[in-house]
Amino acid sequence: MLRLVIRRLLQLIPTLFGLSVLLFLWLNKLPGGPAAAMLGERATPEAKARVEAALGLDQPLWVQYGRFLGRLVKGDLGTSSQTGQPVLDELVLRFPATVELGLSAILIAIVVGIPLGYFAARRRGSWLDVTAVSGSLLGICIPVFFLAFLLRMVFSVHLGWFPAFGRQSTGINATEVTGFFVLDGILTGEFDAAWDAINHLVLPALALSSIPLAIIVRMTRASVLEVLGEDYVRTAESKGLSNSVVRVRHVLRNALLPVVTAIGLLTGGLLSGAVLTESVFSFGGIGSFLKTAIDARDYPVLVGFIMFIAMTYVVINLIVDLAYSVIDPRVRVH
Amino acid sequence: MRISRSRVAKTIAATLAVGVIVTACGSERGQEDDGGGKPFVFGAAGDPRSLDPSLASDGETFRVTRQAFEALIEHEPGGSEMAPGLAEKWSSNDGGTEWTFNLRKGVKFHDGEDFNAAAVCANYDRWYNWKGVYQFDAISYYWQKVFDGFAENENKDLPESNYAGCEAKDDHTAVIKVNKATANLPGGFSLQAFAIHSPKAIAAYEKDKPSGAADSINYPKYTQEAGTVAGTGPFRIVKWNKGNKEISLEKFDDYWGDKAKVDKLVFRTIDTEDGRRQALQAGNIQGYDLVAPGDVKKLADQGFQVPVRDVFNIFYLAFTEEQNKAFADKKVRMAIAHAIDKENIVNTQLPDGGKVATQFMPDTIEGYSDKIQPIKHDPEQSKKLLDEAGVKNLKVDFCYPTEVTRPYMPAPADIFQIMKSDLEGVGIKVTPKPMKWNPDYIETTRDGKCGLYLLGWTGDFNDGYNFIGTWFGGYQKEWGFRDNTVFKAVKAAGAEPDVTKRVELYKKANEVIMDYLPGIPISSSPPSIAFGKDVNPPKVSPLTQENFAEASFK
Amino acid sequence: MSTKTDKIDRLAELTARSETSTGASLWVEAFRRLRSSKMAIIGACVIALFVALAIVGPWLAPYSAEAQTWRNEVFRNQGIFVGPRAENWFGLDHLGRDEFSRFLVGARQTLLVGVVATLLGFTVGALLGGLSGAALTLGGRVGRRIDTVVMRFIDMMLALPSLLLAVSVAAVLGQSLTTVMIAVGVVQIPIFARLLRGAMLAQGGSDYVLAARALGVRKRRIVFSQILPNSLSPVIVQATLCLATAIIEAAALSYLGLGNPDPAVPEWGVMLAQSQEFFDAAPMLAVYPALGIIITALGFTLLGEAMREALDPKLRS
Repeated sequence: MLRLVIRRLLQLIPTLFGLSVLLFLWLNKLPGGPAAAMLGERATPEAKARVEAALGLDQPLWVQYGRFLGRLVKGDLGTSSQTGQPVLDELVLRFPATVELGLSAILIAIVVGIPLGYFAARRRGSWLDVTAVSGSLLGICIPVFFLAFLLRMVFSVHLGWFPAFGRQSTGINATEVTGFFVLDGILTGEFDAAWDAINHLVLPALALSSIPLAIIVRMTRASVLEVLGEDYVRTAESKGLSNSVVRVRHVLRNALLPVVTAIGLLTGGLLSGAVLTESVFSFGGIGSFLKTAIDARDYPVLVGFIMFIAMTYVVINLIVDLAYSVIDPRVRVH
Repeated sequence: MRISRSRVAKTIAATLAVGVIVTACGSERGQEDDGGGKPFVFGAAGDPRSLDPSLASDGETFRVTRQAFEALIEHEPGGSEMAPGLAEKWSSNDGGTEWTFNLRKGVKFHDGEDFNAAAVCANYDRWYNWKGVYQFDAISYYWQKVFDGFAENENKDLPESNYAGCEAKDDHTAVIKVNKATANLPGGFSLQAFAIHSPKAIAAYEKDKPSGAADSINYPKYTQEAGTVAGTGPFRIVKWNKGNKEISLEKFDDYWGDKAKVDKLVFRTIDTEDGRRQALQAGNIQGYDLVAPGDVKKLADQGFQVPVRDVFNIFYLAFTEEQNKAFADKKVRMAIAHAIDKENIVNTQLPDGGKVATQFMPDTIEGYSDKIQPIKHDPEQSKKLLDEAGVKNLKVDFCYPTEVTRPYMPAPADIFQIMKSDLEGVGIKVTPKPMKWNPDYIETTRDGKCGLYLLGWTGDFNDGYNFIGTWFGGYQKEWGFRDNTVFKAVKAAGAEPDVTKRVELYKKANEVIMDYLPGIPISSSPPSIAFGKDVNPPKVSPLTQENFAEASFK
Repeated sequence: MSTKTDKIDRLAELTARSETSTGASLWVEAFRRLRSSKMAIIGACVIALFVALAIVGPWLAPYSAEAQTWRNEVFRNQGIFVGPRAENWFGLDHLGRDEFSRFLVGARQTLLVGVVATLLGFTVGALLGGLSGAALTLGGRVGRRIDTVVMRFIDMMLALPSLLLAVSVAAVLGQSLTTVMIAVGVVQIPIFARLLRGAMLAQGGSDYVLAARALGVRKRRIVFSQILPNSLSPVIVQATLCLATAIIEAAALSYLGLGNPDPAVPEWGVMLAQSQEFFDAAPMLAVYPALGIIITALGFTLLGEAMREALDPKLRS
């Protein structure tokens, strides 16, 4: 186990190194180059030259890269050109919101998706199956931003059930501890605040969960179908083991293995979805921050975010791999 | 483990259903008044950049700070005339170089300090003595615009400062001197960027410099969290919750004037235009700005309040003559002016109250000339002029901004499409150059790299120089022409200290400019603002300077 | 989209599992099952309709899609739009253009973006994956090295959210329709690469390969004449699914303002993103392109899924 962790962490180094080279080249290839990106509105040639000298842009490329890498290693991702604050601070500040949203979406996907997929497979061809399959297909095919827009239109504007935007109502004076608003509310005993935060989460999480939900339903359905055909299930059934034992011990457990992997792999896609969902709902997380960064050509934020995400992604996958080998010792991780 | 699975499934389904129902009820409860003053929530289009207005030049920042900070001169509620602010009276000497302010008495800052002449001078001297990163154009935009340079210019491109010092004659008389008369004063004194801060706060600011490596501007901490900044306004800033994109202000009980009618004022950022509208419709916010023109009628029909502002802006189509040589010929410029159907743009795209413009100034500004005739939409005339100029198959690069709504142009991409279709109608080939507003578009147009582009301006104060002075006072890359008749006419007006004479000179200048035709003024239109059914909105301002202390719940 | 990787690896496995030893009979068998699948037939019909629309649509369009012929009848600033009527079947858009014509012409643009992007992703991805798979199957230290390097690169690409990848491409190349295609295509590269590599590895372990090897057939020949052709089926299935994703991703890019720079040229994603601004006044202007996108994406997904099931012997009922 330890060896596996160490090996994975070592593998992380070349990946991140390669990524930093790519990002550095990308920054340099931008129209106008970094100096123009930083000077903004009125870059006179003189001002540009001054900044380039100050940045060391007149030095050879590899020297510049060395400096770039040096800053990255120190955790210095630069300063956001929109807010004038260190990129790392900005990302850390908004991270909890996105995690909260992403987790809620995944939770919805799991809680609804696994049972739905399971029963769809058990009753293959029934109306439930047809609904689940076509519903999940639709979930993949409807553009997330449009779904989010429709949800808000129906549930906040017309029905008034849920707030139309944000993470928290204005009147609520919640204490902030961790930045996860739901958790904070529970920790501090301010259940009003926690409840309010949940209310704000419902619509964006529903919109964001559309794709993972669809995928989990279909994954579960497919792998349950497959397991149902396996010999050991037939054996178990023929041995007269009670139906529920067969279902839980043999079918569901074995069928869930690939689903677990899939959940790990969903995170990358979730972030793309979060950019869209969060900006529709003005949810103060990384996603909507990125949208404004894209609009404002805030390159330090984009670069910083890419590094940040690459690391998170690798770590998440490491955890999933470990979880996998814990659930099923037969799995050898290559 | 022995429980039947299907029962578990049923339980889960039931829990989910209950959850949804309970949640539904919960949200209603959330909207109830919890005894204390209900907050007045305004939906902002973007986060402010800082809480210190002297470092800002953008509307979203000023909208917030304006509630907490006041300048020496303010504007009348709902109008563009200057009115007493922290100064009850002001006057200048004949040469326009010495401005005397009789300050209001009994004014307190949010941190308990007294407002007096020394405080005024501390502020102006602070700006004048700015060094390092503070001298960047992005931070001290308005200081550079009104007073040119600093005590010690660190950049040789900066012009010498026009500021010549501030003197506290007595406790309540401050005198600000400049080297030469300028049309930017006294209007400049009314800018929110020159709002007066508490001297104690200024001392604290000094310890907290923007950590500026040359590469980028890092705003100082005090501008990013409430607590340090202190002004004299009817509200004080109590919290900036960046995670929730909201800034909370509370009523300032020791305010010198009419106290705020709501206890709490909150600005919350809602990124998208339809998000703001739906938040208002859902009752989550009490108002928002820059309503899309198409929503105005709908919202009004639904019972929302959509008060109309006075027009105080200009929207134009600019030529950059150096980018496209064909534009050097006035006939070509005239041909394009005849090709564009301005009426259609005003009738179908701009909010109610929009007008076709005849010059680079709205008619609400003194100095607007009635003598200038509008250029008619006349494709035939346009083709004829192009023939006369001997230009065939004219090709133009046409830049327009995407993803942006400006107070003077609600839907740039659509306006572009209308113009493109008009230009193609007279045989001009248009290459679309869409760009993100900031920095791409602003930078490219300023550098004179677009043949045609769309831009506009909302006035900061009521003086013609605020409009035509910045564009036509001398050679500008963004216009790319050199015409001394135009430059001289504008400069002469700007240097005239006498107001009545100046207005006449502005009229002249406008006529000269339109005779040269460096661009095509398209329209002036009032940007719409909307409020909920349950509030008494503040007076709307042509300068988009609403004072939320006037707002209250019904 | 990395959400697809689950399917990728699975698909790769599946093909290797089939009991048939040659690719051809696998396909025959799969096709037979495809014909009896309702999903496949519906999907194929939708796609056929869409492709036909994309090809002949511009000729069918009664008016120019870009001419603002009726621009004095639509008052966007007052929320006055013109709905369906005899001469304009879908009504007018916000600039007084015929919405029906725009819808028809938009079909071609939308398909173009999807197909070109997927082709790009397919080609580059298959090259990388093929290289990696071949290198690994041929074995040796060098082979493993090549595989490691390529896969590191692919993992890196997978780690990035697709939208950001697209933004990065757009930032360097500037905004154009080509950029949209490249951006959407680049996102698919790792999917195809991983898929082909996985399939080749799985094939490498199958009986017929072992048999061929035992008979003394040279490794290189096995790779190129047996393994590679047999591994292509999951990749082709994936391409069908990716077409659906490509169309949706292109719409998302338009929503983020990174779409086609000339908004006069109709494209469903752009039309949908734009019409959201006046949804209250003219909801149908959003509904037409939205339905277009959803139904088309559904068509490709249905066919792709059906193909996958047809190729998967375990899922046979």
